[in-house]
Amino acid sequence: MTGKEYRTITDVKGPLVFLNKTEPVAFGEIVTLRLSNGEIKNGQVLDTSDDLVIVQVFEGTAKINRDTGVTFMGDVFKLPVSTDLVGRILDGAGRPRDGGPEIVADEKADIIGAAINPYSRQSPHDFIQTGISAIDCCTTLVRGQKLPIFSASGLPHNDIALQIARQAKLKDSDEEFIVVFCAMGITAEEYNFFRSDLERTGALENAVLFVNLADDPAVERIITPRLALTAAEYLAFEKDYHVLVIYTDMTNYCDALRQIGAAREEVPGRRGYPGYMYTDLAMLYERAGIVKGKKGSITQFPILTMPGDDITHPIPDLSGYITEGQIVISRELHQQGIYPPINVLPSLSRLMGSCIGEKTTRDDHKKVSDQMYAAYAQGRELRGLVAIVGEDALNERDKQLLDFSGVFEDQFLRQSRDEDRTIDETLDLCWQLMANIDTKYLVRLDEELIKKYHPENRA
Amino acid sequence: MSNEGVIYRISGPVVTAIGMNAAMYDVVRVGHEGLMGEVIELHGEKAVIQVYEDTSGIRPGEPVLNTEETLSVSLGPGLLTQIYDGIQRPLASLEEVMGVFITRGVDADAFDMEKTWTFEPQVAKGDELVSGQVFGHVQETETIIHKIMVPPGKGGKVKSIESGDFNNTQTVCVLEDGTELQMMQKWPVRSPRPFTQKYAPDTPLVTGMRILDFLFPLAKGGAAGIPGPFGSGKTVTQQSLAKYSDAQLVVYIGCGERGNEMTEVLDEFPHLIDPNTGKPLMNRTVMIANTSNMPVAAREASVYTGITIAEYFRDMGYDVALMADSTSRWAEAMREISSRLEEMPGEEGYPAYLSSRIAEFYERAGRVETLNGDDGSVTVIGAVSPPGGDISEPVSQGTLRIVKVFWGLDAGLARQRHFPAINWLNSYSLYPQSLDQWFRDNIAQDFPEIRTQISGLLQIEAELQEIVQLVGSDALPVDQQLTLEVARMIREFFLQQNGFDPVDAYCDIKLQYEMAKAILSFQEAAKTAMADGALLNDVVNVPARSNLMRGRFEEGYIERIEAMVKEMNEQIADAVEAN
Ligand SMILES: Nc1ncnc2c1ncn2[C@@H]1O[C@H](COP(=O)(O)OP(=O)(O)O)[C@@H](O)[C@H]1O
Ligand SMILES: [Mg+2]
Repeated sequence: MTGKEYRTITDVKGPLVFLNKTEPVAFGEIVTLRLSNGEIKNGQVLDTSDDLVIVQVFEGTAKINRDTGVTFMGDVFKLPVSTDLVGRILDGAGRPRDGGPEIVADEKADIIGAAINPYSRQSPHDFIQTGISAIDCCTTLVRGQKLPIFSASGLPHNDIALQIARQAKLKDSDEEFIVVFCAMGITAEEYNFFRSDLERTGALENAVLFVNLADDPAVERIITPRLALTAAEYLAFEKDYHVLVIYTDMTNYCDALRQIGAAREEVPGRRGYPGYMYTDLAMLYERAGIVKGKKGSITQFPILTMPGDDITHPIPDLSGYITEGQIVISRELHQQGIYPPINVLPSLSRLMGSCIGEKTTRDDHKKVSDQMYAAYAQGRELRGLVAIVGEDALNERDKQLLDFSGVFEDQFLRQSRDEDRTIDETLDLCWQLMANIDTKYLVRLDEELIKKYHPENRA
Repeated sequence: MSNEGVIYRISGPVVTAIGMNAAMYDVVRVGHEGLMGEVIELHGEKAVIQVYEDTSGIRPGEPVLNTEETLSVSLGPGLLTQIYDGIQRPLASLEEVMGVFITRGVDADAFDMEKTWTFEPQVAKGDELVSGQVFGHVQETETIIHKIMVPPGKGGKVKSIESGDFNNTQTVCVLEDGTELQMMQKWPVRSPRPFTQKYAPDTPLVTGMRILDFLFPLAKGGAAGIPGPFGSGKTVTQQSLAKYSDAQLVVYIGCGERGNEMTEVLDEFPHLIDPNTGKPLMNRTVMIANTSNMPVAAREASVYTGITIAEYFRDMGYDVALMADSTSRWAEAMREISSRLEEMPGEEGYPAYLSSRIAEFYERAGRVETLNGDDGSVTVIGAVSPPGGDISEPVSQGTLRIVKVFWGLDAGLARQRHFPAINWLNSYSLYPQSLDQWFRDNIAQDFPEIRTQISGLLQIEAELQEIVQLVGSDALPVDQQLTLEVARMIREFFLQQNGFDPVDAYCDIKLQYEMAKAILSFQEAAKTAMADGALLNDVVNVPARSNLMRGRFEEGYIERIEAMVKEMNEQIADAVEAN
């Protein structure tokens, strides 16, 4: 199939090229475009018929004209995979970016990826200790989960992601994760931050990086996460690794989707994003998990920045509908100087129930987590009331809860960027802080646990 | 023209074929790999096809073959305990052929056609059979007898009938006119199965969830919508309904949602016991799983596959409950296909026929007289996922126009971990009128009145809360403070119900009634004691009240509750003297 070069471009619009052609071209087929100045661009077939082919060009359509030669490569987009990927840095289209050699392929894998048969999945249940109290106690991470960070511009989501990547481990085990890092449209500065941190801690040797930066072609971002996930699937399901995929920033990815939709003159959905964005995102996020008969796993940490800090914006909204919870970063806490500024109230780990308890974390985990959450939620609500009626109008219980909300933020949430708390330390800290509240108000704890763990009874 | 054409165009899941004789909704095989598709539009020579599998790599010029059948499901013994994809391929068979990833171009029978079942005839030679009549039984699972019916449209005098072990395709009955009947029949998914007449529902679908049964009951044969933003509890509620509701059969459709949620059901249900029969839940369950990353056209088909299976069991005279999580994903699949067809969009890009499709789907719910004179029902409970949680959008609105029960999930309640996070102020059920007689006859004569009192207290609380927001609760007169405490008790003791609690997740309806009465009894006792000088604080804090409230987490509560209420009331009376 390869070889024949067509010069039949009729229209160019945004990232799309339209051409008449003569032989049958496959849907999804990859395409090379040779410009008259010798430059080579790549693309993929979005629509194909006897009369017309529409190609989406990854590097943008600048300088493409009717003389541009178009060659259809005879196959859909594939990534050469092998364990040589580990330790490498590739660009957003999968080419070496670190000056190293081409990847010698064990096999070539279709980057769209096939759906995991729901019947073949295994429910995730292994507790991952991140060393961050807010996460470990309140929105516990499970191996094989997809748990995004909902952040916004100017907030320290990258520090949190890196801290998780550095510290994440199974309890009582030093089995390590392979990190697959996927950058989509982030700045060079952000990238360098990630890279140097991975380098500093030696994690880079155990990582694969796919990098599309802010000044790289926008449309390429459509394939970058697919490459990263294809590499992750290979490492997890063919080579038995536990893989942690961090991808950032999903917002740039979605904007690239919107750009293509607009160029195709599709009927836009909410805020101009395509109507199929839910399905498109699901084809990425659902590539997390554990499957029967395979030793490895894929855990995903997508990072997205909420435009206008708005959680109902289509990007966080559709993500939240697909992922297994979310960790929400709060500007307010950040402004109070608290790191990590995780707002536990809208945060959620849907898989938490399956991985906490006596056998995995500790017998008091569930109740402590509920009580911490409830007390903090009430305390936060009282802040609003106090602003209206004044602190004197509060009864004893409410005063204690109000004070607790401050302690919660200052001592429970706050920790340093290299502070790696064990789950026992985190839970003990909870008890210590809850001791500021009369036990009779700690209604979510039972007497047995109070006897066992309350500082008054442990001394 | 013949039944074979070639591909002219491919655009995602939509393929156009030319040169093929086709009718609307014909099932076709696309390309060299024979991918399954369905004709959804005709333009002169061109047939537009939605393809149920991934189309990458397919080229114009490849063949398209029209099977001239319509998209149908296979109905017969073997359906129960299965998990299917959107076009009724068993996921277990797909795993056998493809491994853990779903590739394409593989066909799979809906059930093992070789497997034999013990057929027990229910009619004899010479009997006259009408359409829909039951002519044999198969004990399919421990709890369910699969009734073998004459397919709609057929009938006649029995010439011969078998007894013993047969598979689904063997003839078990021959009619005088030569018609051969097998245990299995087929039915096109887009056509409702026929029945004699629809009845007005008069029996509740008892769910074991207090807020639903007590305040917003759903009728057997009714339809309910559960809209809510992500994380508000749509899936947990649907799963609780699948576990605990007193339907005889459950069809659970995971439509465009998470893979792991289906795995969870698969892991859990075989070990869970149906509180209504004491047998494993899986025995009464059929699952359809077309998750968010599976092909979008098959997602569109999945709700039809599910409801046709539900109707089939209804026709046997069973009460069937169908859950669809989430109907919004189905609507989005329609939108995606419609936009590929370049149809004129309606609101928010959805096709103009969205609301009529939604209405047609929910209309397939109902309590009916079946063709053979039995009474059966299909109850439909659809989750809705409105963008940003705002139900002014087309799918929510289209649903609310047709369903009679609205269980509105509320992000604020979920955030307070008040579960189920169903908002009691804006949810509604239009069924109480028709169900009240059942509640009076089967639970308690004054059941409707008790319900009115409970919901009245919640209304008053909402009004009082507005004042509290301005002045603090201490500024209210004590009788109103008591009302607030009673309402708090309703919320925390009655409305809240942890879907994962081993005991409280399911609450017998008789117990629901006793718990509601216990709250009103507390109110009475407290009023009396306070009139005699007891302090609100003392009344509220009597130890027996917290015992009563905690009691619901332990087995045997229904036997103990009366004594616990009595003890509470005595301690409250004592609070007068303590003062
Ligand atoms: N009835 C319930 N009891 C206890 N927890 C619940 C209940 N409903 C929801 N939850 C909690 O809320 C989370 C999200 O619920 P889910 O049903 O998955 O939401 P949705 O389907 O609306 O996104 C669950 O993981 C669980 O922690
Ligand atoms: Mg859900």
